[in-house]
Amino acid sequence: MDQVILISMAVLGGIALISAIILYMASKKFSVSEDARILEIDAVLPQANCGGCGKAGCHDFAASCVSASEKEFCKLNCPVGGQSVMNKIASILGYAAVKQERTVSVLRCNGTCENAPAKIMYDGVSSCRIANHISSGLSGCPNGCLRLGDCVKACPFDALHIDKKTGIPVVDESKCTSCGACVRICPRQLFEIRPYGSNGQRVYVACRNTQKGALARKNCKAACIACGKCSKICSDISIDNNLSYIPSTIDASQYGEDLVKSCPTGAIVLTTENTNEQY
Amino acid sequence: MLKISTSPHMQSPVDTHRIMLDVIIAMLPAIIAAVLFFGLNALVVMTSSVAACVFFEYLVCKFWFKTRNTTRDLSAIITGLLLAFNLPSSMPVGMIILGSFMAIVVAKMCYGGLGKNIFNPALIGRVFLFISFPVQMTQWPKPEFLKFLNTDTQTAATTLGIIKHLDASTSATAISGKLPSYYDMFMGNIGGCIGEISALALLLGFVYLLWRKVITWHIPVYYVGTVFIITGIFWLITGETRYDPLTHILSGGLLLGAIFMATDYTTSPMTIKGQILFAVFCGILTVIIRLYSAYPEGVSFAILIMNAFVPLIDKYIHGRIYGQRS
Amino acid sequence: MNNIKTFSIGGIHPNKYKLTTSSPIIEAGLPEVVYIPVKQHIGAPAKILVQKGDRVKVGTLLADADGIVSSDVHSSVSGEVLKVEAIEGGSGYLENMITIKVEGDEYEPFIDLSKDISRDISYTAEQIIQKLREAGIVGMGGAGYPTPIKTSIPEGKKVDCLIVNGIECEPFLTADDRLMVEKAEQIVIGAKIINKALGIQNAIIAIDENKPQAIETLTKITKTYVGVNVGVCATKYPQGGEKQLIAAIAKREVPSGKLPVDVGCIVQNVGTVFAIYEAVMKNKPLYERILTVSGDACKHPANYRVRVGTPISYLIEKSGGLTEATTQVILGGPMMGNSVSNLNAPVTKLTSGILMLSDNLAGKETEMDCIRCGKCAQVCPIGLEPFLIARLMRNNQTENLREAHVLDCIECGCCAYTCPARVPLLDYCKLAKTELKKKK
Repeated sequence: MDQVILISMAVLGGIALISAIILYMASKKFSVSEDARILEIDAVLPQANCGGCGKAGCHDFAASCVSASEKEFCKLNCPVGGQSVMNKIASILGYAAVKQERTVSVLRCNGTCENAPAKIMYDGVSSCRIANHISSGLSGCPNGCLRLGDCVKACPFDALHIDKKTGIPVVDESKCTSCGACVRICPRQLFEIRPYGSNGQRVYVACRNTQKGALARKNCKAACIACGKCSKICSDISIDNNLSYIPSTIDASQYGEDLVKSCPTGAIVLTTENTNEQY
Repeated sequence: MLKISTSPHMQSPVDTHRIMLDVIIAMLPAIIAAVLFFGLNALVVMTSSVAACVFFEYLVCKFWFKTRNTTRDLSAIITGLLLAFNLPSSMPVGMIILGSFMAIVVAKMCYGGLGKNIFNPALIGRVFLFISFPVQMTQWPKPEFLKFLNTDTQTAATTLGIIKHLDASTSATAISGKLPSYYDMFMGNIGGCIGEISALALLLGFVYLLWRKVITWHIPVYYVGTVFIITGIFWLITGETRYDPLTHILSGGLLLGAIFMATDYTTSPMTIKGQILFAVFCGILTVIIRLYSAYPEGVSFAILIMNAFVPLIDKYIHGRIYGQRS
Repeated sequence: MNNIKTFSIGGIHPNKYKLTTSSPIIEAGLPEVVYIPVKQHIGAPAKILVQKGDRVKVGTLLADADGIVSSDVHSSVSGEVLKVEAIEGGSGYLENMITIKVEGDEYEPFIDLSKDISRDISYTAEQIIQKLREAGIVGMGGAGYPTPIKTSIPEGKKVDCLIVNGIECEPFLTADDRLMVEKAEQIVIGAKIINKALGIQNAIIAIDENKPQAIETLTKITKTYVGVNVGVCATKYPQGGEKQLIAAIAKREVPSGKLPVDVGCIVQNVGTVFAIYEAVMKNKPLYERILTVSGDACKHPANYRVRVGTPISYLIEKSGGLTEATTQVILGGPMMGNSVSNLNAPVTKLTSGILMLSDNLAGKETEMDCIRCGKCAQVCPIGLEPFLIARLMRNNQTENLREAHVLDCIECGCCAYTCPARVPLLDYCKLAKTELKKKK
């Protein structure tokens, strides 16, 4: 009996030893040497792997931080981690911290159930990208929100939800990290990353319809008709292809209210600090 | 108001519910055969198993998943019936309920419900009972045709149990005295689990499934064919009765397994090529277990082992793609 | 001869619903206005030649082919051009259209309106292709590939077989069937014309088994024409798909990313072949086509000869109006057609049918969990695994899509038709294709 135990111990021990040697050699042979700072930066990153920085995940971002020169480093930003994370990365690399402006995502469509009533029913998969193939949408606006919520599903931070009353998605500013997932997923490019603005005030045209005024208004009461009244208030506002665009450089606290008042259709939206809602 | 939807604008009338209903219809001959041979006991086994399975699925949906009730798709009834088919008619109801729990809650719902389980739930239930209660699971009441209130405790050995203990030295007369005739095996007048005894009833179910296009012929035919060929080769070489291919097909759970359990959509490969591979290996494993292991029967183990390989088969075995003919 | 041919991978047998097999083609008549889109083909939209206020006749060139892959567009009515601008198409998106108010019915003098059949093909291959180009002929089966390009064989390639696609495997549609019965000889002459343009002596008219009248008529007529034969195919969807037809008739398979021409085949729809006959022998531009108005919610299903640009609503009125039960109006067949939201949208060169469907047929059922039955893979005529594509799309694993050969998908809808769990497999496949094309 003793002998059996001894033999099994020897055999199993031998197998263990050989496996250990193979594993050791494999780990030596296939090991990848990496700059230690990459791991260090990787550790301070949020690890959401959202791609908001434009890189393929947090590790890739860490690697590009390390390989970047100080000049190039200014252009890198982790929108999710924000200023605090970028400060830490800068101190790891020994660069001066760069001031990053807070940004959020805004929906450039105000095609609510009320403004753009549904003319048809959609009976199919709840996906904007699929519906976009076959139809201009419930209201008929070929550029407006399809209200099926691909962006809600794509948001990794739960910062978007469809408002049951209006039918269109609402951005929760406190959760939005401006990672850009919604910008990439929306088949009609309705989302835009804009600076948070002083006191949370942002002013923008919530419409992307490029049809002529009458046609656009037929489908949606809140469509931009390119009347040009806003551009008279501020000359930086450009009107192109039947659509007005307010650049983010325009100071919302200074021009915001005037711009909203000037718009005859209500396509211009001003956000305020107090409410998280758009109005 | 007009509706907008994506093509196709027609759908086949066959949905999940209808498929499950067809499988239940295909089981009817075997249910009838079970009642004819084992009387009311068989009915008790089947009813308790089905009721327990449906009940457990309902509980899981309501209190755990908190989603819509999936018992309506009838798949729990099939699991219950298949589990019952794999039990002897003398099985105590408490154990059946335990087996149903294993089948539905552990083997099916823990993986996420219909379509997501890796192993065939009914087989998990059976194997669990088989290992936990070996005595009750290997007592086979003697079949009595048309004697519904079967109260006598006479037992009969299964055909596979008999041939397991045969060897070259057993005399031919001793063999013929012990073994049932092919006719009895075909009709179902043999000892065994309640659903597996009648080859005729199972084949009727097979024909129905084929006619309704619920399954293709590949898995059952390749499975049974593999068993037939391998045992046939042994039989031709040695001439011993324990290798007799016909006995191997007609006895035990081979037909039940090949027609109803190896063909389970969720736990079999998606492509025909993969299904053939799956079935052939099921056959090989069945023969190996039957001939060389301590157990007389190997269908459940063979199918469960092959279930584990299904994701692998699906990953590497693909059908022919148009325009890629070599 | 009469051995039945078919393709070997996949396929389904949906209910046929051929309600109009024995209804003769009738004239739809003239609507008050027509909307003629300038893009009724694959490729660049045609260049508009007319302006508001211009007077046009039937057959007047409205827009000129812009580039090689493009096609001419002609007026289908006589009258006054009201508008030349983008208006809502069937899907609700804007399309450039020429709106013409119908006044009378005058024809351009070059069109030969006589009813007798011209049999003498005295043109050279170049002349034929030139005539096709001038007549704005495009593939009328649905793809809209300009026919002159298809019939000009690129250098270094050899074609030995013309397949005339008389297979109408979509349920409800019978336009091609009726055309083959009523214009059999013209189709055969049309096939000879293409043969001449291609420089070959071999044409097979493929018809599926469930069109006995068409098979009989064409078999009789082809006896007098050398080189044109009838090939009978099994009734199976999608037998009329180009790739499936080549597999059935020529026993060849078009490799992934290649064209039929690469395996020596040219496939032309019977509607196109008839249009080719009229273009070459009668100088008639492509301004009208045959289509079926049908559906389970349609009061009076019929086959019509319709001018291109006729609003859908006009044809619906002709067929008994939009019934209560109608929930969807489909352009094309129920398997591959598109549902429309705007009934003022026009019929184009590619519209093979208008279907009014009720919720019994077209209503979508709730999606359930995949039960891994594998039926989608078994019915896919390309041999793809739609369940896999759907899973990859759901998990956003777009990098693995190429290995799943999703670009070979012909969007026939067999997978979504068959799926017992009602998973919208075709939608996932289409989405996967756009994702992949975006990446390229």
